[in-house]
This record gives sequence, C-alpha cells and structure tokens, in this order.
Amino acid sequence: MRHLLSTRDLDRDTAVGILDVAADMADVATREVKKLPTLRGKTVVNLFFEDSTRTRVSFEVAAKRLSADVINFSAKGSSISKGESLKDTAQTLAAMGADAVVIRHGSSGAPRVLADSGWIDAGIVNAGDGTHEHPTQALLDAFTMRRRLHGNAARGKDLNGLRVTIVGDVLHSRVARSNVWLLGALGASVRIVAPATLLPMGIEEWPVEVGYDLDEAMDAGPDVVMMLRIQAERMSAAFFPTAREYSRQWGLDDERAARLPAGSIVMHPGPMNRGLEISAGAADSARSVVLEQVANGVSIRMAVLYLLLSGTGEVGA
Amino acid sequence: MIRITGATLPDGTRSDIFVANGRIAPPGTPTTSIDADGLIALPGLVDLHTHLREPGFEQSETVLSGSRAAASGGFTAVHAMANTMPVQDTAGVVEQVQSLGDRHGYVTVRPIGAVTVGLAGEQLAEIAAMARSRAAVRIFSDDGACVHDALLMRRALEYVKTFDGVVAQHSQDPRLTHDAQMNEGVLSGELGLAGWPAVAEESIIARDVLLAQHVGARLHVCHVSTAGSVDVIRWAKARGVNVTAEVTPHHLLLTEQLAAGYDSRFKVNPPLRRDDDVAALRAGLADGTIDIVATDHAPHPVEAKECAWDEAAFGMVGLESALSVVQAAVVDTGHLNWADVARVFSAKPAQIGRLDGYANPFAVGSPANFTLYDPAASTVFGIEHLHGKGVNSPYLGRTLPGRVVTTIHNGYPTVSDGLLVDADIVAATAEATHG
Ligand SMILES: [Zn+2]
Repeated sequence: MRHLLSTRDLDRDTAVGILDVAADMADVATREVKKLPTLRGKTVVNLFFEDSTRTRVSFEVAAKRLSADVINFSAKGSSISKGESLKDTAQTLAAMGADAVVIRHGSSGAPRVLADSGWIDAGIVNAGDGTHEHPTQALLDAFTMRRRLHGNAARGKDLNGLRVTIVGDVLHSRVARSNVWLLGALGASVRIVAPATLLPMGIEEWPVEVGYDLDEAMDAGPDVVMMLRIQAERMSAAFFPTAREYSRQWGLDDERAARLPAGSIVMHPGPMNRGLEISAGAADSARSVVLEQVANGVSIRMAVLYLLLSGTGEVGA
Repeated sequence: MIRITGATLPDGTRSDIFVANGRIAPPGTPTTSIDADGLIALPGLVDLHTHLREPGFEQSETVLSGSRAAASGGFTAVHAMANTMPVQDTAGVVEQVQSLGDRHGYVTVRPIGAVTVGLAGEQLAEIAAMARSRAAVRIFSDDGACVHDALLMRRALEYVKTFDGVVAQHSQDPRLTHDAQMNEGVLSGELGLAGWPAVAEESIIARDVLLAQHVGARLHVCHVSTAGSVDVIRWAKARGVNVTAEVTPHHLLLTEQLAAGYDSRFKVNPPLRRDDDVAALRAGLADGTIDIVATDHAPHPVEAKECAWDEAAFGMVGLESALSVVQAAVVDTGHLNWADVARVFSAKPAQIGRLDGYANPFAVGSPANFTLYDPAASTVFGIEHLHGKGVNSPYLGRTLPGRVVTTIHNGYPTVSDGLLVDADIVAATAEATHG
C-alpha cells in the first residue's frame, strides 16, 4: 500500500488484510511490552490543519508502538503559520525526511492533492479531509463490528450479512462516506436515515438503502446503529429547525435504544453531543462500543502505518 | 500591400486576400506575400469575455500579456471584464484600459463597464459616463458576481438601454451557491465538495429574460453551462425576448468528471457540468439558441492553484486554446462548420458589443482583421503554447487540433509563422496606424 486516501479504492481482500494485520497489532497491545521494533528509524509526521486531539493522539500512539519517530505539526501553535500553503509545508516535511505523513485537513481532497503533487515522496494517510473521507475511522469501525460478529475467529472474515444503520448528517460526514464504501466492500448492507436536507445529492446512486424515519429503522432490528455527530451550526443554514426537533426525530434516545434487538451495538465516531444525536443512556449502555472504537483505532492505525512503511506491502500493494 | 495566397474562406471558397492601409484591398501588386495554402482564413476572433486583470492584479495578467495571449489564439478584439482594482466602474478606468490596449496594439481592447459601483450589487455605476467616454462602453457586467437583486437588475436593464448597451449577466444565485465548489450531483456528493446546482443558474436566467422582456431591454447571458439554461433561453427567444447567450470552449469540451482527482486546474465558475449538459450546449450553439463562444479567460498566479480544491481560485486561461477547443468540441463533431465558427466567434460577438468592422470581414474596405488557421495540425498542448501570465490551463498534456499560423490586426501581423511578433514592433506599427 503506497497511500491510504480513501476507502473507495479498497477491495474486499485488501480491506480484510488490513483488519487481519490490525488483529495482530491488537494482540501486541495485550502484552506487557506493547512496543514492536518494526518501524525503527522511520519518521511519521502528524500534519493536522484541523484540531483533533483524539485522532492525532491515536496515530501518535500507533506510530510509537511501532518504534517510529513521530513529529507533530499542527495548525494550532507555531509550526504551521496561517497562510502557509500545503505546498510549502509538504516541501518542508520532505526536507525533514518524513516517510509517512498523516494529514488532517479541512479541505476535501487535500490528502489526494498532496499524494499527487510531487512535492513530497512520503506515504500519505488521510486522517480526515473536509467532508470527503476518514478511512481509518471506517476501518476501525469495521474492525469493531467484525470482532462483535466473529469474536476470536474473525481473521480472514468480512462483514457479509451484517445490517448497519447510519443515522444523521451524511451530507457533511466524512465518516459516513468512508463507512459506506468500506462496508459495501466487506459485504454488509447499509441503511441511511436522515432528514432529506442532510443527505447528499445523488445518494440514490450509493450502495445503500435510504429512509427518513428512525423509528421504522429501529423496528427493522439492525445489527449496528451508527450515530453521526450533528453540528449545531447546521441549524443556522436551515438544514433543520431546532436541536430539539432534530433530537426528537433523529436522536437515539433511551426508548429507541431499548427497542433494539439484544445483540445490536451502538457506535459513534466521537466526540458525542449527548442529548442531541444520542442520549447519555444510550451512549453509556451495554450496547455502546464507543470505547472499544477508541482502543481499536490504535490497532488499525498501527496496521496502516505498518503496511505503508514496512516495505512488505503485499496487502493492497 | 500584403497578398495572402490560396486561403480558404469560411464559406469554403478559395481566394487570395489583399491588404493595404489596414484594410482589405482590391487585387494589386503586393510587397509581401503569405502562402496560405491549406489554411482557413477566419475573421479576427472577438472575445466578449476576457479577464485582463490590469489595473490591480498585474501578477495575474496585464493588458499586454493578455493581448499577446489573445493574438496567439487568433483574436483581434477582446472585451475586458470589469473586475479589476480599481473596478472598471468609472470613465477614467475604462479609458485607461482601452488606451493601454491601443498602445500595445496586439488586439483591440474594449473595456466592459461595471453595472454596480465596485461590483457590490448595491448602487448603479456611472454607466452614462462610461458609455459616453472615449472608451464608448456598450457592455456592462458585474461578472464574477451576479446582479442578484431583482429591482436593481430591472433598473440596470432599463438604464443601459438608454445607451444601446447590454447587461451581460453572470447568472448565479448567491444564496444557492454559498461556498459552492463544483457541479452539484452524484460526484460532488462522493467527493465531499459543496455543490453548485444547475438551478442556481437557470432560475436567474429565467428571471432575467422575463425582466428583459418586461422592460424591452437587451440581455446577454454569460457562460451558459447547463442543459436547463439552454431550454430557458430557447423558450425566451421563442417568446421574442431580446436575449443573447454565450458558452465557453471549456463548457463545450470538458465535464465534471475531471474534478474527481481534485486537480484545481479544473475548478471554474460556473463549474464543469455533466455529459448531458455538454451535449445540450453543443446542440444549442448549433441551432442558434446560444449565439456566441466566449473564453472567460481567467488567469491566476501559480500559487492560487497549487493548493487544496476549495482553497483554489476559480478560473482557467482560455485565449490561446479557444479555437482549437472549439474545433475539437463542435467542428470535428459536426455541429458547426467554419462559417458558423466565423459567426459565433467573430461577427456575432462584435454585433453584441457594438464593435464596428466585423460585419463583412473579407469585403474590400473592411478593416483587415483575420487569422490564418491550420485545422489539420495536431499538437500536444503545453506550457509553450501559453503566452499570457497564467499557466492555469485545463488542456496541458491534452492533444488538440489546429494551429494559429498568422493573425492580422488592423492590417499588420501580430502573429507570423505561428510566432508572436515582437511587442516593440507591434506597438510601433499600431502607433503608425493610429496616426
Ligand atoms: Zn462569470
């Protein structure tokens, strides 16, 4: 694997291969010495034009567990001055000898621009770009689902037959996009629930079923319910009238959560708006795998960095 | 006297062309001869939509560099959009731009006046002063911004009518296109780029044609980009509305699929659209619904495009490639013949802009403005084909047909054997011609 820019490019076998490597990495995390020497001498740069402590820390822990050197470049603080272009930053990182660049950027496609630019030769990992994609989030979500579905016998398996319902602001969600493509490749069936204002144009061409009614979707008994973060500023742009109305119609409250079948799980990419898209009760219930998602994030990011930098690269070469 | 031998005229006939004293002359004894065997003689191209950027944005383009780009593309006249700094909203600025064009001499530069002060869309600019200035402005446009206030647009249409002018509208509902990045559709949804819906263009055109009819004024629609817009204009013309419309070469050839790699060279406003739109634009140009081709030549410095898509500037350079792209998009595909090209890229834009001398371009006595074009040539379009300051061309690396061999402006060559004539020589000749 040269870069990880999008889940769109991942076929079933490549995706399963990444999940399998992540399973190996997760095993390491249970050992007393959690560190592997695999990426000693390699430099991973976290290039964050948008603030996201949780994603940055997850990548940082992942890189360090593989013994890579980690440099954090963030827009908050002095390292990226305002107005400094992606190009200048990329060339600086190239001069520093970065082997991989983990980039978070507010502009859709920025990681792709970096990968195609010729400004830098490093492997590029998309850590969230605008409203486009967030592939490692989707991979960690799939990893979490696969563990729940297949337990310790998950290796080599996909998500065939799993029924996933994604609820909320798909229009602005990079998490939703990455999940839709990846879940499709892994054989899961995806249902999307949101008001029409929060669905992208052309969603009828996506490999998903679309509905507007959350109660109907709950009654269908999905295996996984994934709640997307809703941003309050969407109200001012008339995507929905009030937080209260949104929460009543499309929020996962205690009553709706209680109606889910026994084995169903509730996911959220975080950070959660408790009381808006998800109630505290649902977020903290036994169905919620939110903390598992966080832990699995490190394993997935270790797997991705390993596949990018170890030079073995037979997975999705 | 120059004699051009064996040129093929737009109507397909072969003829020698004689030029003397800046005009088409009756046959005589030439001092110079240009062999035009195998070349088409087209009337000098007239661009109704050029961004020359001077004054104010000379790092992007100047009147001189833009004029050279134009001449190299076969143009002999360009209309310079008003979004300069200061804005072309006073007689002083439009006269300055026109005189810069006259001094450099590559093409006739006709300034476009702003409709509203500072392009702010709030208060009419001094349209009468610009119309009656030495620049004799006839086209008024806030291009880049849409005159979206309905009452202001009505007043502008009425007021401009007083001076036989026309409002050239950049049709874009600003509320429907807030932060818009590309055509709204399946692809924008996948790419996570904010959509620029077709309806934001079509609804403004629909409103404007009704306003133009109501007040009995002329309306010109800039860069039509959607199939729906073609339908609306066709409907308006059938009702007798005095509306003309332009399409750019890039909207005739390129589609939104090019945005898939986030290469900002393909970021333009209005955005590249779907295959169906391209087909409708070609058909509309062929059946006369769309009157003209105009480039919307929009140069930008390199750094304005070397960035993420939503941070990049809108726009493409287009003067140098325009004729080749038109050949590829509508001539080689059978939609237009060369006589049609002469109409949509010279006679008709000149008529809309009230530019004299282009009605009968090869008739004895007409100003000698024409270009000799080799339609059989084929080139991989490269940086070396660009002669303005901008290199933001969407065609770099693409094979395009045709080549401009010679351009004659007011009787003197600006392009000779495919090369631009030296700026000092052109300026000196222009000065002598003006007397
Ligand atoms: Zn425009």
